[in-house]
Amino acid sequence: MPENSKGRIVGVNGNLLTVEFDTSVIQNEVAFVILGDLRLKSEVIRVRGNRADLQVFESTDQIRIGDTVEFTGSLLSATLGPGLLKQVYDGLQNPLNKLAEKSGFFLERGIYLDALDYETQWEFTPTAAPGDKLRAGDRIGWVPEGIFQHWIMVPFAFRGIWEVVSVTEKGTYKPKDTMAVLRNSRGEERSVTMVQEWPVKIPISCYKEKILPVEPLITQQRIIDTFFPVAQGGTFCTPGPFGAGKTVLQHAISQFAEADVVIVAACGERAGEVVEILREFPELKDPRTGKTLIDRSIIICNTSSMPVAAREASVYTAVTLAEYYRQMGLHTLLLADSTSRWAQALREMSGRLEEIPGEEAFPAYLESRISGFYERAGLVLLNDGVTRGSVTIGGAVSPAGGNFEEPVTQATLKVVGSFLGLSRDRSSARRFPAIHPLESWSHYRSIVPADQLNLAVRTLRRGQEVNQMMKVVGEEGTHIDDFVMYLKSEFLDFVYLQQNTFDPVDSASSRERQLYCFERVVRVLDTPFSFESRDEARQFFQELRVTFTEWNYMPFKDEKFDAQEKVIEAKIQEKARHA
Amino acid sequence: MRKIYHRIIQIAGNVITVEADGVAYNDLAEVVSSRGTSLAQVIRLQDSKVFLQVFAGSRGISTGDEVRFLGKPMTVSSSDDLLGRVFNGAGVPRDNRPEIHEEEVGIAGPSVNPAKRIIPRKMIRTGIPMIDVFNTLVESQKLPIFSVAGEPYNELLARIAMQAEVDVIILGGMGLKYDDYLFFRNTLDEHGALSRTVMFIHTASDPVVECLLVPDMCLAVAEQYALRGKRVLVLLSDMTNFADAMKEISITMEQIPSNRGYPGDLYSKLAARYEKAVDFDGAGSITVLAVTTMPGDDVTHPIPDNTGYITEGQFYLRNGRIEPFGSLSRLKQNVNGKTRPDHRAVMDTMIRFYSDYKETLEKQSMGFQMSSWDEKLLKYGRLFEEKLMDLSVNIQLEDALDLGWKIMAECFSPTETGIKSDILTAYWPGEKGN
Repeated sequence: MPENSKGRIVGVNGNLLTVEFDTSVIQNEVAFVILGDLRLKSEVIRVRGNRADLQVFESTDQIRIGDTVEFTGSLLSATLGPGLLKQVYDGLQNPLNKLAEKSGFFLERGIYLDALDYETQWEFTPTAAPGDKLRAGDRIGWVPEGIFQHWIMVPFAFRGIWEVVSVTEKGTYKPKDTMAVLRNSRGEERSVTMVQEWPVKIPISCYKEKILPVEPLITQQRIIDTFFPVAQGGTFCTPGPFGAGKTVLQHAISQFAEADVVIVAACGERAGEVVEILREFPELKDPRTGKTLIDRSIIICNTSSMPVAAREASVYTAVTLAEYYRQMGLHTLLLADSTSRWAQALREMSGRLEEIPGEEAFPAYLESRISGFYERAGLVLLNDGVTRGSVTIGGAVSPAGGNFEEPVTQATLKVVGSFLGLSRDRSSARRFPAIHPLESWSHYRSIVPADQLNLAVRTLRRGQEVNQMMKVVGEEGTHIDDFVMYLKSEFLDFVYLQQNTFDPVDSASSRERQLYCFERVVRVLDTPFSFESRDEARQFFQELRVTFTEWNYMPFKDEKFDAQEKVIEAKIQEKARHA
Repeated sequence: MRKIYHRIIQIAGNVITVEADGVAYNDLAEVVSSRGTSLAQVIRLQDSKVFLQVFAGSRGISTGDEVRFLGKPMTVSSSDDLLGRVFNGAGVPRDNRPEIHEEEVGIAGPSVNPAKRIIPRKMIRTGIPMIDVFNTLVESQKLPIFSVAGEPYNELLARIAMQAEVDVIILGGMGLKYDDYLFFRNTLDEHGALSRTVMFIHTASDPVVECLLVPDMCLAVAEQYALRGKRVLVLLSDMTNFADAMKEISITMEQIPSNRGYPGDLYSKLAARYEKAVDFDGAGSITVLAVTTMPGDDVTHPIPDNTGYITEGQFYLRNGRIEPFGSLSRLKQNVNGKTRPDHRAVMDTMIRFYSDYKETLEKQSMGFQMSSWDEKLLKYGRLFEEKLMDLSVNIQLEDALDLGWKIMAECFSPTETGIKSDILTAYWPGEKGN
């Protein structure tokens, strides 16, 4: 575009610029601040008269009144194409590894690199043929990307029906080579490459319909899959005070969830946490594919010290990439840690714009932004009518003061299908994952039979009541049956709800193992026991707990596992009351 | 030739406004008033108006005073000559020795590329069992010490500084009492550590704006040292004063406050500082320990709350002890698996018992009959507090672990601990476990 419209800076307030323009600007279009040799990316977020407010995705240090701003006429977009997997991006899809090669230790401002490597050769296999009538999102052919068929699709921005004029033959090509030429009803011809752009803040909607998510997304975390399941295409949130283990839980899910593609959006959180993923994912094996975890992952990281406006963009970039892989019939999982930081980014900008604040100074549009984001999750039936793909979104929430009454948590709870509330009490007692078993909920279907689950939940509830009661009347005032009920609920908590993320075996519990072990645990809960005294009962359950915990540390169905099961069985028979 | 402006059109709080052009955001200026010359920094530009935050405060500034823009942002020297020196928040020596201008670097620079960080894996030994055993401090960690006024937090900071094996110590004092400043200086001197220390001290009586610059100055210097391969420990006391100074400026600038008067970007502002803690891939590291006094001992107050979300854990210092509950080192998992095989088991089990002990204590205070189990817990709790929690205890990690086993063996039978049997067999004192 040679005729870029230009503007002139008239105000600088933190990362907010006020710019005077004389032609026209588009809301949310990208603009560049010209600062000597540097071009700083920014986005129009408000227009008033002939002045536009821009949020700058970089530090505004050294900007002067009168400096020039160049408008680009296009919205903030993500680059989509083969080679996205394994990448580590910042919130604006800058590849961080390449950036490090270029600028060293620090994230120098004003450096923007291509999101994809345009020199990579891809083996293209066409599937469309000349004469085919295609719509946006329909398939032209594919290239192998790791273990996936990466489909090259009609760009999502193409409207109406397009006829295939020509398709490139099977062979090796670069991403920007023409893969097909399409013609629409008006006779316009356009060539399609492996790469397309899509504005991040607009959902990709090239599918037939959204359908109800029912299949569980196995996370291999017992308390989640059994008690508070997440569905493929569903949404969940994990709010919790600091130190309750949100990030550890998210990491566990990102490692063990049975999704095809996992996108981790580290949004406004600690850099150290991302580094763990960056350094460990290339090493960790994915048991499902035999490849490493990084082969199925994309990491978007805009950590807390990186510019706040890019933080706002980062979750949109992440969800756009998730939707892109969904369009290929894959099940993607997006983990955003943390949506509260994203909401705070909104608040910071809203404050600079001097908008009338809502609750806790969050902007009035907070709720609609949050629901708009989570609504981009879902299970969809693609245009071909058979293929299904999904985006599952899990958002960590960091409520101020650990108080779930605050606006971000409340707005999130309204739109998610599963609430995994982390509790300070449980984390202080080192009961991890610290998901509160009585306060959390899920709308999705558990993998275990309902009657078993009900018994377990009843036991937990009753156990909690007895515990409360004991605090008032003391142990001696508690009936032994009640006391045993309490011990049973503690047993369930220790051997099933708690899971040791740092143990190589216990960290991931497969669906089969959960079904098997849960049944075993429930049988204990259902067994009547006879004890002489409370101390005897406590002693018994303590020992049973140890044998069970050790069982958890043994690989499923190997010799030791089977032997330990016999030990457990014998232990139970010691005290079981036989009718 | 730099232009000089003589018309200040607004003075509000510590912020003055002049009409000027060609001024860049974040640039410095000198304001010459009857009280002397002070630096000031551009914090907002609006049309021809330039808003300046005056480091020495606006008291005594007249509308006719002289404002001279320096055409550069705030910098600090990063020369090795800084070692052993003391500066104030504006970087001016407060030890009556000459100013240093070599190797100047900008403050509050860009953040480190996450791809150039490495996973921290080196333990910092402190000789404090509550840290070494239960919440191990790791090189490049950022940890606040949550405390309240009156607690010995500065003593704790100084002790860690003395015992930690680092190359350079950088001390940032914000709103520090003059006595505390002297305490730090004398302690460092006594231990011969002064020559590897740089201090940026803002005392309680100094102008509040200078307080705002202290963390940035400290961290900019630390960063340069770390890039030269040094392991740097940055001590900041007290970040609550820093946050309060930010609040003061933002209210002056008529920003909409978010929570209890603090600006909406409190999180980002604190994070920008704490995130300077880093272990560089192929260079040195920066570890940050910062005191945050909790107003009203309330951890949900915006300052400790936001801090907790940024830092990699926290130490609670209460009643002269590091509390085992709430205190957390998020990076301990990176190192405590490699110290000794029983480290994690001891840590988990002892904390669980201590938590049970607290419950029993509650029951006891309500007058319930104590079961034999309760008696065991009570005995355990007393031993734990006395032998491990007391801040005066100064023993190496290995000794502390042995002591832990001894305490457990005095109170419980091996099965009662619930520890995996292989570890029990190896470490249970006296005859073999179970």
